[in-house]
Amino acid sequence: MSEPLEFFIDPMRCIGCQACVSACRECGTHRGTSVIHLEVIDRMRTIQTTPMVCMHCVDPTCAEVCPADAIKQTPEGVVLSSLKPRCIGCENCVIACPFGVPKYDALPDQMMKCDQCYDRTSIGLRPWCATVCPSRALYFGPRSQVEAQRRGKPLNRFRFGNEVVETKVNIIVPEGVDEFVFDVAAHISEGMPHSVADLALAASAEDH
Amino acid sequence: MLLRFNRAALFWSVLVTGALVAAIVVGSRRLQYFDAALVPYTFASIFTLFGLTYHYATWLQRPPTRRYWQRTWEQIRQGNVPLRLGLVLRRLVTHILAQSFIWHRSRLRWWMHFTLFWGCVLAALVTFPLVFGWIHFATVPGHPYVYQIHLFGFPAGTFAPHSLLGWVVIHMLDFAAVLVLVGVGLSFWRRTRDPDALAVQNFYNDLLPLLILFAVSVTGLMLTFSSLWLRGYYYSFLAQIHAITVIGGLLYLPFGKFFHIVQRPAQLGVALYKKVGAEGESARCACCQAAFTSQMHLDDLKQVLAELDFHYEMPPGSAIDHYQNVCPRCRRVTMALTQARISGREFL
Repeated sequence: MSEPLEFFIDPMRCIGCQACVSACRECGTHRGTSVIHLEVIDRMRTIQTTPMVCMHCVDPTCAEVCPADAIKQTPEGVVLSSLKPRCIGCENCVIACPFGVPKYDALPDQMMKCDQCYDRTSIGLRPWCATVCPSRALYFGPRSQVEAQRRGKPLNRFRFGNEVVETKVNIIVPEGVDEFVFDVAAHISEGMPHSVADLALAASAEDH
Repeated sequence: MLLRFNRAALFWSVLVTGALVAAIVVGSRRLQYFDAALVPYTFASIFTLFGLTYHYATWLQRPPTRRYWQRTWEQIRQGNVPLRLGLVLRRLVTHILAQSFIWHRSRLRWWMHFTLFWGCVLAALVTFPLVFGWIHFATVPGHPYVYQIHLFGFPAGTFAPHSLLGWVVIHMLDFAAVLVLVGVGLSFWRRTRDPDALAVQNFYNDLLPLLILFAVSVTGLMLTFSSLWLRGYYYSFLAQIHAITVIGGLLYLPFGKFFHIVQRPAQLGVALYKKVGAEGESARCACCQAAFTSQMHLDDLKQVLAELDFHYEMPPGSAIDHYQNVCPRCRRVTMALTQARISGREFL
């Protein structure tokens, strides 16, 4: 039996080429609309960008806070975009998602989000974004391949304050890290937006 | 067995269903104008209303739904009442009757949904008053070619059955059936081609309701066909088949996809909620200070999250007290920054 394919995200590898943004429009479940996020962290100080796809939480906050019960999970654990007949455009999911993933569009009065290209992944194909990502910041493949080819390890356990969230999608972290803590407080105290260039400078100052 | 029911939902179901039964008795003048041949439809309608109310009442008990429900009634009563009611009424016209938001989702979907919606509304407006005995027709004594309309037992106009108006009135359900069939056809066309529909649709939720609507419409049209061109051949058999399809559709209503019909008006409450929120204080991101929603929305959401047993509160001594005070963009950026921080590496 072949190894299952999983999604891995590695923001530090992102080169900001926007191939994922364009490819996302090809997804059959939201044809013509790109739902992936590509954030420029601090244009003045770094070229760092970061992609954001849905992490597909095991217990999705977005689905729980939906008053219309419009967000469903497939048997494979993929958290689907809002069901069109049900979504009432309240934006609860947009504000509640700890990863900041759902997008709200006012004209169709509907939330749309990444559903891991369910029309493709449900039949064994790779999601569009992972197919076109040249630096493999977004990667869809067997875990063994990621573990063999990358420094660090995949992790799918996140902490937001007192809330621990497990996801279907993995992020690459250094060995020894067992929980990815969203350290918002640190970034506030050091001033936001905080750049990776600053982190690199700080690290190099410590080395010297 | 009784204990397994949701008591509040059961209470409302019994109350609303009782009100319908009372309305049938009163509206048909103590069943004087009630058509006994339509009894199966009446019982199916009563059961459907019971199921719909029960489902609706349990749905309202979900923390996020309950919050919006309470807020809607609260906001309608407060502030400038005519202005707020005006907003709700405008939305009723643009979003429920004209379904403009579906137009922006897809033109094909709009045509499909618009024909289905108005076909079903037209059919419901004709069928239910007839079934409940609220409307009936009688010939005017001495004038066999004039029909008298009785509304709740009171005379409410006349029409000649062989006039254009008469033809339209008599064939109203045929027009409804044609509209529904157009919608069903467009829907089937989309569902056999659209990659989105093909990936996520299932028989019970997406195809069965279409099959029900198709069966109801076709058997209804067959009744007209039989009476107009077959001299009533097989009419009673067809009438029974039609009744089975209609009753099947009514019984499916509270449990399947059709439940969204009664859910959709919640969109009006949400529109009012957003409007009131926009007029009030904005919630600003704890990181970038940008306004990202209304303070009312954020406060309500935090309360709903707590009710749902989510704990996004930050530990004591943290720079912020709640993770939800951070805007969605800063959450996305924080993921990359945190990865860089714990990796201690430069980009690439």
